[in-house]
Formats: sequence, C-alpha cells, structure tokens
Amino acid sequence: MQQIAYFIEKYKYFLLFLVLEFIALIFTIQSHSYHKSQFINSANSVTGGLLNKSMSFFEYTSLKSENQKLATENTLLRNKLDIKQNESPIGILDSISLKNNYITSKVIKNNYTKRNNVLTIDKGSKDGLKLDMGVVNSTGIIGVINGISDNYATVLSVLNSHSRINAKLKKSHYFGTLSWNGYDYKTTQLLDIQRQASIAIGDTIVSGGKSTLFPENVEIGTIKSFDFTNKNYKNIEIELFTDMSNLGYIYVIKNLDKEEITLLENNND
Amino acid sequence: MTRETFIIAFRFLFLILVQTLILNNIYLFGYINPNLYLLFVFLYPLRKERANFLLVSFLFGLCIDIFSNSGGINTAATVAIAYLRLPLLKLILNSQDIDYKLFKINEETLPRIIVFIGVLTFIHHFILFGMEYFSLKELPTILYKTFTTSIFTLLLCTICVYFTKKSKADNF
Repeated sequence: MQQIAYFIEKYKYFLLFLVLEFIALIFTIQSHSYHKSQFINSANSVTGGLLNKSMSFFEYTSLKSENQKLATENTLLRNKLDIKQNESPIGILDSISLKNNYITSKVIKNNYTKRNNVLTIDKGSKDGLKLDMGVVNSTGIIGVINGISDNYATVLSVLNSHSRINAKLKKSHYFGTLSWNGYDYKTTQLLDIQRQASIAIGDTIVSGGKSTLFPENVEIGTIKSFDFTNKNYKNIEIELFTDMSNLGYIYVIKNLDKEEITLLENNND
Repeated sequence: MTRETFIIAFRFLFLILVQTLILNNIYLFGYINPNLYLLFVFLYPLRKERANFLLVSFLFGLCIDIFSNSGGINTAATVAIAYLRLPLLKLILNSQDIDYKLFKINEETLPRIIVFIGVLTFIHHFILFGMEYFSLKELPTILYKTFTTSIFTLLLCTICVYFTKKSKADNF
C-alpha cells in the first residue's frame, strides 16, 4: 500500500499529464465522429458572439467583392426568372409546389487549410436551422450543418475527411461520393462512380438529390483529371466552383419534404 | 502574488484573442498560421509545484480549441509542452537545481532562448499536426507543415520574448 502511495507521490505530475492528455484525446476523437462534436465547438454564445463581433469589424474590407458577387447572382437569377416566365404563363411560385426554403446566413469563421475544416455561421435554431441541413452559396455546395446552438451553427465543410456528399454527372445519372484528401482547397475527389459511366475532362458535377440535404442539380465543380485503369475510374479530381477561401453570405437549405421522406424510408427498415 | 496572478490572467485572455481573431486568419503562403499562443507556456512562472501549471495549460489549450473547432488537438499539444518544459530547461541550463523564484526566460542568452522555444515549438506542432491528420500515410505532410509553421512561430515568439527583455513590466 505504501509502495503505491510512494509511486503516486513520485510520479504525480506525470500521472496528471497522462490524465489531461487522455481527456484531450477523447475530445479529438469525439470531434471526428459525425454528430458528437457538440461539446467542443464554436457554436456557443461566448465564442460565437466574439467571432461575430470581430467579423463585423473586418467585414468592411470585403464589401466590394461581396457586392460584386451579389450583383452577379442577381443577374443570373433575373435571367432564370425570364426563362421561367416564358415557359409557363401561370405563376409557378405556388407555396405548395415549393420543396426548399432558403435561409440567408453569414460565415463568421472560415477554415480551409486544416485536414478537417469546420465553419461557423451566425444563424442558429432560433432561425429555424436544424442538424443535417445543406449549406450552399451562389456558386456551389459548401457543407452540412453538424452542430447548433440558439444563435450559431457549425458547418462540416466539404473540405473535411468526414464529409461525404452525394454527387452525380450533370449529363447522365451516374453518381458517386464527394470527399476530400486534404491537399488542395480548390480540388476535391469523386469516389465510387460506376465503371459504365462515360466521363471526360471538363464535365460538370452537380449534387445528386439522392439525399435530402441538397436539392438536385446544385453545381459543385468540373472534372480536372482522372485515371482509367482496369476498367475502373480512379483519382477523379474535381475543381470546385466555390472559392472556399473566400466565403461571405451563404444559404442554408431547408427541405420541406424531409420529414415525409425520412418517415417513408424508416418504414422500410 | 496577486500581481502575478493578474498578469497571467491578462496574458491568458490577451493571447487567446490575438491568436483566434487575428493570427488564425493570416494564411501566410496559403496555409501558415503562426501559433503565438505558445508564449503563454514559455512565460508562465517556473515553480516546483507543477499541477496548477498543467491544469491552466489544459484550460488554455481547450479555449483555443473551442474557438477554432478543432476537437482537442491544441489542448493535447499544449499540455505536452507544459509537461516537458521543466525537464528541457534543466537540460539546456545544464543544472538540476534552478532558482525557481528568480528564473525568467527572457533574461537568458539569445541562443538558449532560441533552443528552448525552438524545441518546444517543434514538439507542439508535431503533436498538433500529427493528431490533426492522424495517419502514418500522411507523415510527409505532417512533417512539412510542422517545419514550415514552426519556423514562423519560433520567429514571432523569439521576437516577443527578446524584446520584452529590458522592460520591467513583462506583462506581454
């Protein structure tokens, strides 16, 4: 007994060190699993509030480019509206036919150089956000909400080793999974695409609509390069349309049919 | 004693804010963010009782982690260098009994400061990036990022330590 007491007395700092390292390791592992990162994240009122304050201070430096982006998007939307009006004279903006609601939000903390990048945005459950909602901006996909508080939320960026987003070719219906190998924030990888699909450099990749996170045909990027060995596609590199290093205003997608679809799918299990 | 506690508390808050709001947005050459917050560990007063120091370092690392959404990687790395600080100092100063009360890192010679900060920074960054990537396959990337980021952290920390040398109020 005395031996044990002596041992603890002698190595008490080392033991404390081991305990603290162990706790830190648990936090790290927890943050790696998809939905358990609730405890250590910046979507709480203190850090969220501080990041928001600092963002509103530095925001002025990017006003010009942000305006430019909005103007470009406005033009795009006006053109689309024009086409739609020509298509059907009857108003199509009926609330029953709407499938998605968009909630505008602002990125207050952006990461893109780490292995696992997470963004913080300035809207939370008070504004109707929930876990597992898709996040896009005017140029393409950004990520999925994985942590939430009353006023803030964190977004699992596409630049994260745990991000798996359903994507497909625009010209056909062959689909694969979008993931990231951690090297370049401008390119991601498309995995598990069927061997029958015919792909070429420059093909556009869009979101697949197989999941309830994103509507179909949200643009992601173009194929930059790929290998075709043993009749299988390998190393398909996708160049993203979105500049992940420069994110301002974003849209959170609220799928209005989500509950219905999940309920239906759960009935089959 | 109270003055010392006050200085530590001030340093704690100041370094967290500087690191998370300014330095984490630098992205030098596309990816380098110097980690000036290690100054907290370097400048923490040396004591024979190390339990407080380890616990405070743990909390400090945790605060950095909460701000940057990184799980516990900064915490683990900070606690590790907090534990290794005293053995390393004994090695560098080549003596077993340091005058704990009077010792101040910024009153040492410049080569000693650089070795002290350099070794701890390298260990810290290696643990940080190692836990971030968490795979042996990525070892070249981990080492590359460790080296490049360490250089800038070392530079910044040494400048801060060296230039607070003469001013009596070392509350930076």
